[in-house]
Amino acid sequence: MQLINPGFGLVFWMTLAFLIVLFVLTKYAWKPILASLKEREDSIEDALQAAEEAKKEMAALKAKNEELLKQAREERDAMLADARKIKEQIIGEAREKANKEAGIIVEGAREQINSEKQAALVELKNLIATYSIEIAEKVLKQELSDAKKQQAYVDKLLKETQLN
Amino acid sequence: MGDKSINKHYFPLATLLLFFLFSGTALLAQHHENKSDENWEEEVLEQDFKAGDMIIEHITDAYEWHILTWNKTHVSIYLPVILYDQGEWHVFSSKHLHHGEESYEGYHVAKEGFNGGKLVRTDAEGNEVRPDYDISFTKNVLAIFISIFLLMWIFISVANSYKKRKGHAPKGLQSLLEPLILFVRDDIAKASIGHNYEKYTPFLLTIFFFIFFNNLFGIIPFFPGGANITGNIGVTGVLAAFTFIITTFSANKNYWVHIVNMPGVPWWLKLPLPLMPIVEIMGMFTKPFVLMVRLFANMTAGHIIVLGFVSLIFIFGHIAPAAGYGVSVVSVAFSIFMDILEFLVALIQAYVFTILSALYFGMATEEAH
Repeated sequence: MQLINPGFGLVFWMTLAFLIVLFVLTKYAWKPILASLKEREDSIEDALQAAEEAKKEMAALKAKNEELLKQAREERDAMLADARKIKEQIIGEAREKANKEAGIIVEGAREQINSEKQAALVELKNLIATYSIEIAEKVLKQELSDAKKQQAYVDKLLKETQLN
Repeated sequence: MGDKSINKHYFPLATLLLFFLFSGTALLAQHHENKSDENWEEEVLEQDFKAGDMIIEHITDAYEWHILTWNKTHVSIYLPVILYDQGEWHVFSSKHLHHGEESYEGYHVAKEGFNGGKLVRTDAEGNEVRPDYDISFTKNVLAIFISIFLLMWIFISVANSYKKRKGHAPKGLQSLLEPLILFVRDDIAKASIGHNYEKYTPFLLTIFFFIFFNNLFGIIPFFPGGANITGNIGVTGVLAAFTFIITTFSANKNYWVHIVNMPGVPWWLKLPLPLMPIVEIMGMFTKPFVLMVRLFANMTAGHIIVLGFVSLIFIFGHIAPAAGYGVSVVSVAFSIFMDILEFLVALIQAYVFTILSALYFGMATEEAH
């Protein structure tokens, strides 16, 4: 029975002691400890958040870089395409011009050839005329002696007057 | 550097030990019984070993702190007896009570009954009556003061290391106690009380560590441990009373509405006979009462079992010394097992007391939903 009989003195001292320990520990231990723990947790939380933000920023930066790269690539492709077009255009133009010029040259040459040909023909005609006259002259000269000889002579003359 | 830091760490401990040593020798008094030394062994053998008395003596409070008995010489710390009775103060050393054998200034230690182990006087009718106020500085009181001194020393030094090592990882004692502090804060206070847990955390931490520390100290069988503080109904009663007072004073309207007019309960349970209010009001008191009994019973029961196992050795030894030695092996093995269990119980009971207190605070401050 004595076990469940609380002593008045013990209750009194226990209350006193517990109030002391509660007051002292609250003021000098729990408050600073809990404050430090909270502070540390907050700083960890902040650090984690900062890391997360940095990660996000990195991702954004990477995306931006990729965008820039893509843009650059597109620009390059466009430039190349342009250059190709210009090149083709230039080549085309040059070709056309060359063709035209060649045409002109050929035309000129043809005209010259034609005129030379004409001149040659004229000269040839003149030459033929001259030779014809000479042949006719000689034939006429031969006609007096012999008809057969005349014929042979004409043939001989004709052979001599080969058109060059 | 190493030596210096060791000195720094152990200096307070050494001071403390010296303090106890000196105060101990100042208080210690070696007391010889006026009996010849030759035949004490025979006397011991003649005396019956009363396991029950021994156990009760070990788990109850006392006016002196009996440390050991060596060849009939009792080594005790005699503590002051402070009584206020019939308008008079009586202050004397418990040495004058001669280990409860003699009376002094009309007061003697009751042998048995409800007041067993406590100082009483015999009134005119021959009944043993308690003095009006007995605020003696008993064994348990000294143990409480030692423990609160150690608690304050430990936690203030931990608090200082938090200040000193700001922004660093915890170290030493700090890292040993931090998980427990966080456990009480997060898993007990925050989980049971809710958003305004911060107001109650210091109290919960205090009761948790007070109970845990004293439970552990109670397992240590010799001075300055060995006092059965948390297994004393007065001590657990005070702790439960604190929980009750805080619960009652921090209770909001919702709590009182639940007690007086429990919502969601048929009206005929409230009128004309207020059954539910009666049950609820009883509940207000039974909750701390159960807290008090649970801790007291658990700790006391654990001590009784360990002491019981140890007693077996002496009981068998009384029959035949060889039997005593034989039983001692088993007894010690069981005692070790019980001590390990007690270690677990020390933590569990501290946890249970704290979490239930936190739950009551949570109930008292819960908002209507």
